[in-house]
Amino acid sequence: MKTLKTLFIAILLVAVMPMSAQTADEIINNYFENTGGMEAWGNLQGVRISGSVNAQGMDIPVDIYQMKDGKQLVKINLQGQEMTQVAFDGETMWTTNFMTMQPEKSDAETTENMKKQMGDFPSPFYNYKEKGFKLELLGKETKEGAETYKLKLTQKPLMVDGVEQPNISFHYFDTENFVPIASESEIPSGPMKGQMSMNTMSDYQEVDGLYFPFDMGMMGQSLVVKEIVLNPEIDPSMFVFPEASTEGEGSKN
Amino acid sequence: MKKFIIALLTFGLIPLSAVSQDISLKGKELFGDMKARHIGPALMSGRINDMESHPTNARILYAGTAGGGVWKSGDGGATFNPIFDDHVQSIGVVKLDPNNPDEVIWVGTGETWTRNSVTIGDGLYKSTDGGSNWKKMGFENSERIASIAINPNNSDEIYVGVLGALWSDSDERGVYKSVDGGKTWNKILYVGPSTGAADVIMDPENPNVLYASMWQFRRSGWGFSSGGENSALYKSTDSGKSWNKIHNGFPSGKLGRIAVAVAPSDNNIIYAVLETEDKTKNGLWKSTNAGQSWEHLNSDFGLVVRPFYFSRIVVDPKNPDILVKGGLSGSISRDGGKTFKNLGQMHSDIHDLAFGINNSDIIYSGTDGGVYRSWNGGTTFEIVENLPLSQFYHISVDDAEPYNVYGGLQDNGSWYGPSSSPGGVNARDWNSVGYGDGFRVLKHPTKNIIYSEMQGAENVWRYDVDKNRTKTIQPLPKKGDPELRFNWNAPMAVSAHAPDRFYMGSQFLHKSEDMGDSWTIISPDLTTNDKSKQDQSKSGGLSVDNSGAENHTTIFTIAESPLDENIIWVGTDDGNVQVTTNGGTTWNNVTPNLVGIPQNTWVYHIEASVHGKGIAYAVFDGHTTGDMKPYALKTTDYGKTWKSIISEDIDTRAFVRNIQEDYVNEDLLFLGTEFGLYVTIDGGENWSHFTNNMPLVAVHFIDLQKKTNDIVMGTHGRGVIIIDDISPLRELNQEILTKDVHFFKTEPFTMVEESGFSGSFGAETQFVGANKSTSARIVYYLKKRHTFGKMSMEVQDMEGNKVTSLDAGKSKGINVVNWNFNTSNPKMAQAKTLSFGGFTSPRVPAGKYKIVLTKGKDTYETVIEAKYDESSITTIAERKEQEALTQTLFDMVEDLAYMVYEINEHQNTAKDVIENHPKGKKAAEKYFNSLEALRKDLVITSGDNYVASAEPELREKMGELYSNVATSYDRVSGAHKLNFELISEEFSKAKMRYEEIKNKEGKKLMSFLEKNDIAKPEVQSKEEFLKKD
Repeated sequence: MKTLKTLFIAILLVAVMPMSAQTADEIINNYFENTGGMEAWGNLQGVRISGSVNAQGMDIPVDIYQMKDGKQLVKINLQGQEMTQVAFDGETMWTTNFMTMQPEKSDAETTENMKKQMGDFPSPFYNYKEKGFKLELLGKETKEGAETYKLKLTQKPLMVDGVEQPNISFHYFDTENFVPIASESEIPSGPMKGQMSMNTMSDYQEVDGLYFPFDMGMMGQSLVVKEIVLNPEIDPSMFVFPEASTEGEGSKN
Repeated sequence: MKKFIIALLTFGLIPLSAVSQDISLKGKELFGDMKARHIGPALMSGRINDMESHPTNARILYAGTAGGGVWKSGDGGATFNPIFDDHVQSIGVVKLDPNNPDEVIWVGTGETWTRNSVTIGDGLYKSTDGGSNWKKMGFENSERIASIAINPNNSDEIYVGVLGALWSDSDERGVYKSVDGGKTWNKILYVGPSTGAADVIMDPENPNVLYASMWQFRRSGWGFSSGGENSALYKSTDSGKSWNKIHNGFPSGKLGRIAVAVAPSDNNIIYAVLETEDKTKNGLWKSTNAGQSWEHLNSDFGLVVRPFYFSRIVVDPKNPDILVKGGLSGSISRDGGKTFKNLGQMHSDIHDLAFGINNSDIIYSGTDGGVYRSWNGGTTFEIVENLPLSQFYHISVDDAEPYNVYGGLQDNGSWYGPSSSPGGVNARDWNSVGYGDGFRVLKHPTKNIIYSEMQGAENVWRYDVDKNRTKTIQPLPKKGDPELRFNWNAPMAVSAHAPDRFYMGSQFLHKSEDMGDSWTIISPDLTTNDKSKQDQSKSGGLSVDNSGAENHTTIFTIAESPLDENIIWVGTDDGNVQVTTNGGTTWNNVTPNLVGIPQNTWVYHIEASVHGKGIAYAVFDGHTTGDMKPYALKTTDYGKTWKSIISEDIDTRAFVRNIQEDYVNEDLLFLGTEFGLYVTIDGGENWSHFTNNMPLVAVHFIDLQKKTNDIVMGTHGRGVIIIDDISPLRELNQEILTKDVHFFKTEPFTMVEESGFSGSFGAETQFVGANKSTSARIVYYLKKRHTFGKMSMEVQDMEGNKVTSLDAGKSKGINVVNWNFNTSNPKMAQAKTLSFGGFTSPRVPAGKYKIVLTKGKDTYETVIEAKYDESSITTIAERKEQEALTQTLFDMVEDLAYMVYEINEHQNTAKDVIENHPKGKKAAEKYFNSLEALRKDLVITSGDNYVASAEPELREKMGELYSNVATSYDRVSGAHKLNFELISEEFSKAKMRYEEIKNKEGKKLMSFLEKNDIAKPEVQSKEEFLKKD
């Protein structure tokens, strides 16, 4: 039934949307209206996204928490062990060192850049003007074989290796149904610095009135979503950098 | 509401089904995620036209390349990334807006060092987001743009120097100005249809002062001319309103190309390099009064060499006495231009240089062989290793596995390298097989012998790879022969019928039956033999430039029919198509039968078809007369009649250099043009531009590898680019395009058994070419992009049991999903650390598998087949033994996981009793401790994943053995078997111990729980526990 409903809505969108020229604001508004309404998106306090990533026959369960106040958490499960891959409590961003399995704080620059993105929830497009972001419609482009509107989003500048750099990303909204199906941004740092990374979104499904992509591709690998919980119950401590563990283990060389 | 929707549906759908119309998908819509891959090479890189520094951020640097687009470095030149792939790849100039250098970039297209092999640009582009998106800003017909100057006080005021057309007159050239940021342009300096603007520069302190050097030049297929009455150096002091020649001191008479530069630290000092009629006055001139008068300083070789190629001077940003000049080696002066010495060793032919903005010891150099960096003021240089800009004239492939690609490069010799290599195609994978400029490189069909050549067939080499011996074998004139005329890029061909046969073309067709040791001429002069196009000794204009590059009236392409050795086609650079059907006894000049081809248009390639003896394709290239139109013809009757197969889909300036037919489907053709690759699936009625990871680079040659069905392209600026397995395109037709989902047929896949090593040293900053995937390729067509609702894909065995899930592609058009023949990995016992052996997923046995695509409520299926590698080192029986033991160990690993899970659950209950039920504490403690002792022997309970790791326990040992057996391509070894015995025994003992503990300590606790009505441990069934979703 849910699939049927989704289908109806998808077709409805096609049928009632004016096919005339669009502005960036119209595209964004259509997107929010068609996926649950501005108000419902505005009321959203947080989400928990549970899914898995398939790597060479290995299904790695992933849990993602994103909260309105900017708190974030990505947990993975390897061989029954839960690991916080990255967490942010609004102040401190941290990761788990894979060798020692101990938490380590992210560097100051990365943390500062994360702080700048605290207002992005539920989407950087939501009230983007109030956030001081700029949005520009660049035109139509074929992405994933489909005709899309290409939008350029300029957020607050990021610091990259000590130098301020513009924070620009590109978002492709399907012209048929106004949902984003792909986004691109330049990789700012690290070994792939300067290359473009592309994310794709598909399998949009309804969760309590809001539509989310249930398949998110990142550099050719998919996060397949099993469940999305709106306004999840959270233990605020899980975002917080844990006190140093005092396990007295011997080490060997 | 629902009624409304249904009504919409009904009304919406009826018209759709009523109208039956051909679905015409093109470009990205059709090819979906079928992508090209690049294998370089980058080790010799390719020609650079222009270098541009960021004015304030020393990390940022741009390279405008001759044929490979614009590349940006964000790490001070350590590595570069391409930022202009969607546009024409030939670049004249890159310029940053001094007021917003992070975001605003201007690119003038069309290379400006006008050698014979240059390609064309198509105007001026601007990016306002650091190079992610580009907008065309005019100058469509400019062909080549040499200079851009922007007022540092006003970004809207821009000057553009258009060099213009090389092979024809054109009035779109000269100096242009915009005062509205490039929206509109005014031509402010124009002296004639054959004279363009070379250097247009602005005074660093006064933006009203401009200098412009105008150059009269022309190239034809058979000559070049630099210089004339119109060449001059101009100055404007009123923002370009008026211009005056500033020649006070220059010799009178004709001038050639002029380079000009103002010292950034002293705007009175100007350097100019002149090409004049008086050899003693050529070279460097200097003015110390902003151009009012000039003094001649130097006419050393480095300052006068090939002005059309090297007219570039760059002055140190801080010191007006330090200047560098492009040249064969490049020159540097530290005494204001009085004396020069060569720059340090690097690839020859230096076109542009840039000083580090904060430190003049840093010099970046753009050469015929890529970008070089110096850290010591130009004494030593090192090459940037990730610029795959190689400029192939020609490529070919062999039938090795993986196949090799052979080809020759502009100024960079001849090479061959593998299409795939462990760890990717690296610089070290490429082998040199010729000096000079390289062109055609062909593998002997059966022997390990390679033919290669250098310019004008000055040397043709037969290289015995195994013995490492080279012999020169070019045809030589014998008594009574006229002088032989070979093209710069002389044609050669091997035979599909006689492996030792080898053809070469001068004005005659030469045939050898003994691999080039002896030659027979088997044709008359097949060219027009137009004497007026044969005197190259005077070519060059003011500076003679007789390099052989302009040799004309020569044979350019030779095609022996794959169906009949007596049918041979020949095409010449002066427009003749000739064919013999009797092995050269008589020749038919079918040129008069051509349709729509202007006279004397270069016959660039002839493809003799496998689909019929009389069928052939010919492509024609008129760019050396200024005619950029695409031309491709097909004949089915040995050239008696021809039909154009060009459609309106092809850019009107995308002149054609090559065509490749498919060996299976006659209607599937690939067209190599100056603006990239076009594909037709209907014999040329419609063409699609292939742009998936395929820049608009000049495609000089295409080959189709027969075993793999890979399209292999030799590009002139981006190296070798491959599209893996184009066989799905053979199947495409209207019927398929109307289906929601269509799986393309696939041949059985070999599960490649290779497990060698690949060091990745150097990969941090080196280009590494992408490999062909060795996975099964599941290829399907989607009529619509899947966006709403669930869509997933899994592999099942033929009984419908799930093997593994795959990430389904959701693009409209063709989707390619890879499956590496793996199943899922085992569930591992929980422990303190990770067991890396547990990350292994076993391979499937050979056989048929179902691919099930679920899209909403619908499912679509196809069957693929996996087969064992024929080069396997095991017998089938041994392979089956390995598979069986893998399965046994897999199950054992999961049995242990379940046992540990059960133990953990029981321990949890025991812990609960210890904490909350004092009466049962003693029994619970005993049970807990016994279980804990056992658990510590089963899994690691301390340490970390690195050097603080604990000694391996049963889980780790078992996981290790499982992984070793599962990933081996050899039979199960004796050591494996003995180790398996040991581990099995240990596991049996552990199981017994567990039973004993449960029966003894466990029973006591359980009866306590029962008596006190406390919940027993809740343990999932094994099936439930192991369930994977």
